[in-house]
Amino acid sequence: MDADQRKIYRVTELTRRIKTLLESDIGFVWVEGELSNLRRPSSGHLYFTLKDDTSQVPLAFFKGKQRGLTFEPKDGLLVRAHGQVTVYERSGQYQVIVDVLEEAGKGALQEAFERLKRKLAEEGLFDEARKKPIPLLPQRVGIVTSPTGAAIRDILNILERRFPNLHVLLAPVKVQGEGAADSIAAAIDYLNERAGMDVLIVGRGGGSLEDLWAFNEEVVARAIARSRLPVISAVGHEIDFTISDFVADLRAPTPSAAAELVVGQKEMFEELLTQTARRLERSLQTFRLELKNRFTAASRSYAFREPLNLLKQYGQRVETSRVNLGHSLRGALRERQQRLDESGLHLRHRVDLWHKAVAQDVRRLKSQLRALSPKAVLERGYSITRLKDGTIIRTAGNVKKEDVLETQVAKGVIESVVSKTGGAT
Amino acid sequence: MTEKKEKPEKKEKDEQKFEEALERLEKIVREMEEGSLSLEQMMAHFEEGSKLVKYCSDKLNEVERRIEILLKKGDEIVAEPFEPPGEENT
Repeated sequence: MDADQRKIYRVTELTRRIKTLLESDIGFVWVEGELSNLRRPSSGHLYFTLKDDTSQVPLAFFKGKQRGLTFEPKDGLLVRAHGQVTVYERSGQYQVIVDVLEEAGKGALQEAFERLKRKLAEEGLFDEARKKPIPLLPQRVGIVTSPTGAAIRDILNILERRFPNLHVLLAPVKVQGEGAADSIAAAIDYLNERAGMDVLIVGRGGGSLEDLWAFNEEVVARAIARSRLPVISAVGHEIDFTISDFVADLRAPTPSAAAELVVGQKEMFEELLTQTARRLERSLQTFRLELKNRFTAASRSYAFREPLNLLKQYGQRVETSRVNLGHSLRGALRERQQRLDESGLHLRHRVDLWHKAVAQDVRRLKSQLRALSPKAVLERGYSITRLKDGTIIRTAGNVKKEDVLETQVAKGVIESVVSKTGGAT
Repeated sequence: MTEKKEKPEKKEKDEQKFEEALERLEKIVREMEEGSLSLEQMMAHFEEGSKLVKYCSDKLNEVERRIEILLKKGDEIVAEPFEPPGEENT
């Protein structure tokens, strides 16, 4: 070949040509491999290589592109890089200029998550129809979590503050790392066999996707699905969704929220009960007041005026002492209640006390009402006389000679025949 | 441990009874508040109402507050009182 016809590149020219070829023919790519030989000079740029068993590729990750980085790059990590293949002209070395760098493990987990989610969804494990209702008044709550984790502490904090009567049974498990999923599943199965449990809370505190991973494993999902007891899942924070959450009968956004769910209902019932008890008492008081008013009105009527003057006075005396007694009793009760409230004693004691006081009140009221009734008037020597048809005789003009009268006295009835009438008006 | 052997059906029945009692109590109070009852009816209502309040309150507080942890002792699993972990554990 003629020397003149040889195409002789200048170094820069050749480099440019190679560079153009690489940039246009290969351009932007995703490449996955183990991160190694990481260097981080003071410029803030990152230089590293990705390698697999037989080859390696150099990469540069400039500072300006690093904003979206969600993890700390370290040698040995499996990563995926996106960038442009180019040539570093100075050294003539090709390299990838990275614009996105992510953990490959994360992507793999995400894929596994989606795969299992699809599979279980197809089996119908997430169906609403399968979801068991959470009991209205759970008494024995099983908790499947780590005995030293944030979750149990948060749950017990809530229970401590709200002070419900609950029996909490903690099944201590590993919530992350080797064997965690199996230990969680076994605990769910065990609590289902144990007698008397009402509901389970299964979960852990916040953490990375890897930390929460056990709750994305099939063994845990299956254990929740076959649980006879309703399961509340409580994994990580509000934003974390795990497979367990989809299978569970109820998803609580956090472990604290799960505890709230369990005690909240009960508190609502206690509140409702206290209110209704108050209404019960008040309605009787109102009734008593009306009765008193009716009595006062009746005692003013003509028929009662004369004989009842005495009774009215008596009634007033009774009423005054009743009111006084009631006031002092209620005052004492209120005081006792306050003291009880302060000492943190529970609703049960308040209701018991209230129940006793009210029962006493009722007994007293009954005897007072009896004292005000016609029967009591009879007992003081008055009597009621009726004709055979039951008409009460108020004037002598209502009867004639030979009429048969029935006179009711305190104890028994006297039958008599009219021999004479007089003084009728 | 004084665990009663309770089947879930029994539990549901209990809850049903609780709800029914609460509903009955509501009804009683409403009737009493309407003010058309006689003295005898009023007394009977009040007595039944008071019993229902007590029943519901007892039901709500049937179980004592207890926090236990399951531990393996040999081949057996036993429940023992649980001391919550301190703040330093996360």
